[in-house]
Amino acid sequence: MKNLTNFILTIALGLILSTFLPWWAIMVAAFLSGAIVRLRNVAAFFVPFLAIALLWIVNAWLLSNANDFTLAKKIAVLLPLNGNVALLLLITGVIGGLAAGIAGLFGNQCRAILAKDNS
Amino acid sequence: MKGFKFILSLFLAIGIFYALNTKLGQIPPLGKFLAPNQGIWQNEVTEGETSEIEIEGLSSPVQVHYDEHLIPHIFAQNNSDLYRAQGYVTAQNRLWQMEFQTHASAGRLSEVIGEAALEYDRGQRRKGMVFGAEKALENMTKDPEIQGYIEVYRDGINSYIQSLSPENYPVEYKLLDYAPEPWTLKKTALLLMYMTDMLAGYETDLEFTNLINKYGRERFDFFFPDFFDVNDPVIPAERDWSDWNVSVPEAPEGDFPLDFISDVMKKPHPDNGSNNWAVGPDKSYSGNPILANDPHLGLNLPSIWYVMQLATPEKNTFGATLPGALGVVIGFNNNISWGVTNATRDVKDWYKITFKDESMNEYWHDDQWKPTTKRIEEIGIREGKTYYDTVVYTHHGPVSYDDTFKGNGEKTGYAMQWTGLLGGNNQRTLIELNGAKDYDEYKAALVHFLAPAQNFIFSSREGDIALWIQGKFPNKWKGQGKFLMDGSNPEHDWQGWIPQEHNAHVKNPERGFVSSANQHPVDKSYPYYVFNDGYEMYRNRVINDFFRSKKKFTIQDFKDLHNNNYNLKAAELLPHMLKVMPTDGMSSEEMAYLEEAKKWNFYNDIDSKGASVWEAWWNELRRMVWDELSEDSLAMEKPFAYQTIYLLKNFPEDTFMDRVSTPEVETATDLFTASFKEAVKDLNIWKERLGDYNWGDVKATYVGHLLQALPAFSRFNLPIGGNSGIVNATSKNHGPSWRMIVEMSDPPKALGVYPGGQSGNPGSKFYDDLVDIWAAGEYLELNFMQSANNTSGVVFTQTLNPEK
Repeated sequence: MKNLTNFILTIALGLILSTFLPWWAIMVAAFLSGAIVRLRNVAAFFVPFLAIALLWIVNAWLLSNANDFTLAKKIAVLLPLNGNVALLLLITGVIGGLAAGIAGLFGNQCRAILAKDNS
Repeated sequence: MKGFKFILSLFLAIGIFYALNTKLGQIPPLGKFLAPNQGIWQNEVTEGETSEIEIEGLSSPVQVHYDEHLIPHIFAQNNSDLYRAQGYVTAQNRLWQMEFQTHASAGRLSEVIGEAALEYDRGQRRKGMVFGAEKALENMTKDPEIQGYIEVYRDGINSYIQSLSPENYPVEYKLLDYAPEPWTLKKTALLLMYMTDMLAGYETDLEFTNLINKYGRERFDFFFPDFFDVNDPVIPAERDWSDWNVSVPEAPEGDFPLDFISDVMKKPHPDNGSNNWAVGPDKSYSGNPILANDPHLGLNLPSIWYVMQLATPEKNTFGATLPGALGVVIGFNNNISWGVTNATRDVKDWYKITFKDESMNEYWHDDQWKPTTKRIEEIGIREGKTYYDTVVYTHHGPVSYDDTFKGNGEKTGYAMQWTGLLGGNNQRTLIELNGAKDYDEYKAALVHFLAPAQNFIFSSREGDIALWIQGKFPNKWKGQGKFLMDGSNPEHDWQGWIPQEHNAHVKNPERGFVSSANQHPVDKSYPYYVFNDGYEMYRNRVINDFFRSKKKFTIQDFKDLHNNNYNLKAAELLPHMLKVMPTDGMSSEEMAYLEEAKKWNFYNDIDSKGASVWEAWWNELRRMVWDELSEDSLAMEKPFAYQTIYLLKNFPEDTFMDRVSTPEVETATDLFTASFKEAVKDLNIWKERLGDYNWGDVKATYVGHLLQALPAFSRFNLPIGGNSGIVNATSKNHGPSWRMIVEMSDPPKALGVYPGGQSGNPGSKFYDDLVDIWAAGEYLELNFMQSANNTSGVVFTQTLNPEK
């Protein structure tokens, strides 16, 4: 249950913060939801990872699909991914996910340290 | 334990933020770069939204109608609004390119790409690019009208830049991780310098100096004659100059420096040139003059050209603009059309400077020590320490070469004198041409144009055709500036100027057409001394022969000529080679290639195999003839193709025919055989790689992104014929950068195309949509709107409104 709550909260915060913060909005989002909804063990990393990976992939896909992947095809040559747009989307998700996962972990630990101080 | 985990996660968070927010070597900052809210996904857009935008400083609303190829048709109420809108709209589509080109011009690329560009940047500074731009700006701002226009143009660009937040930056900024800076008046001057350098920056004086000092005057004149045995000049030979009162300075007695120079600065592409032609009423199918132009430049994306229509109630102009400069550069209005080719005149000369000591504070001139001036050039380097380069100036110009830069000793320098550094008011010429109504207004507009000297072709609805070779030309003594001169001798200084009205020109010539293709400007009867940095000898004759071949010409004839792949050079040499080269002992493979050459019709068409054989053969042959020069440790220049062929046919036993690397003494015929055998090797490699060796595949023309042809943003293997020296001058990465045909009907009918697209955004469908049309030899019918209200052909409209 907590996993799902964190997942949804991360996406919601990510969406909102991304409208006015730069790319690291998703780090803030994952940090906050990690601090608000504490998760255990690997979930503390993987839930925000998956949430933001999904958010970024869907968001990128929507933007790119509307323009027939014109630029995505070129960036997938530039990076170089052999022109594979799916792989570019996947990497986009992994990059966002990594940043979010680690920020989530950090949020989690912040909460933990505060909890210790309070006790 | 909790504390440890906290610290660890903190460091991890900081680490990942840093890693994804920072450009690491060539890798863009991946977090920024790939984030959907900020990165490249935001550039995944094709223009097409009708919109209303408020722009500070406009006096009335401006309509910008876009057609199906994203060509903006701008309708403003006055010139100030027009040029402000031109700035805004151009920036909207070409911002990164505008800034990058002016950075390149100013020698500021190191700021963007780091130390790798330092040598390039130093070269730009040492050529005086910034010095020249400052001069040009000085001149433009002395002209209040032009100053006003370049100011509103600047403000229009800046209105656009200010409207951007980082997610809207063009994708190249994201890739290289930097941000656009405000546009300035100086940037417009720098863009004009960029063009001046591209077109009037080529010269080979120091190479010629090496050649004459090593081989002597007789050999030099034989290799580089002032006139070839045939000449079909820009201004028809019939033109009579005898009623001019002309004085030309006397060539001084005495010696030239006997220096040898091993390393010279990188030069602009020697093929930078162009074609233009126009037929008058008598030779036109309709009785309306028809004019065509195709400037040959490097083929880049975004293209150097941006096509626009610029209209106010007083004037209505259409054509190719240069992002960064105002007005139309090559185009037409309801009354006239005009175009340019490069005049290639030698307007950059070199002087040997002797300094009093290593401080370079004084130099010897006119029997006395005179003070130099110094410019300290500050070159910012990304992730590096700022580099300071002191460039010494004499009265000639910048001492480009000194002990710190490709020089020849502590007390010696080579100073440049160049019309590019005079600082003209080229914008006035362009603005006046945009609104010119007839020959007299065209002629008056040209006066302000100093450099790069151009062959300005003209036609009018009234039925006039004309061509002026316009630029500011030093009135040289015979031979002046071909070689390094003595910077201490006042007689070696430029002695004055050819009066503007004595620039070679012709109006409504007897033959009924005018044309230019970078060939000799004039024949021997022109009273001033003329020397060019290059002489085209093939395109001009094909063009002129075509217009002499029949009585009337149609638009289709013009299109055919643009796309004409006839290789006159090959036609003048190949039959001779085939005739004299012995074929006994050739392998069956060699004979098969030879058969293709024999069958060939001399057209460099895409599916031609004969063309590939010829091109491979000619390349090897030219290399073998001039091996003495290319293997020299000194900087040397190979004679032009025309004279090489003249030598091969008429002096087959010249000592230069010998190959230095072989013990035998070769003749031209031996070289034909040897180069053919080498060519066969090249052809076999192509065949193996490509499966076949059709010319189009072998040539593999590409249009490369301005960032070193970044493959992702470039277009490769375009199916287009031609080559350098052919009217369709498309070589591997160089060629017709804008093709335009205009018939001066009422209103004019015009066709145009260029290898690129209107949008500079690689994410736009308009980024490269014209490339295939261009490669196929087709054109867009330019929609020359006569009023803002007739919106046929308009796909969407931006309305630019004054701020409320």
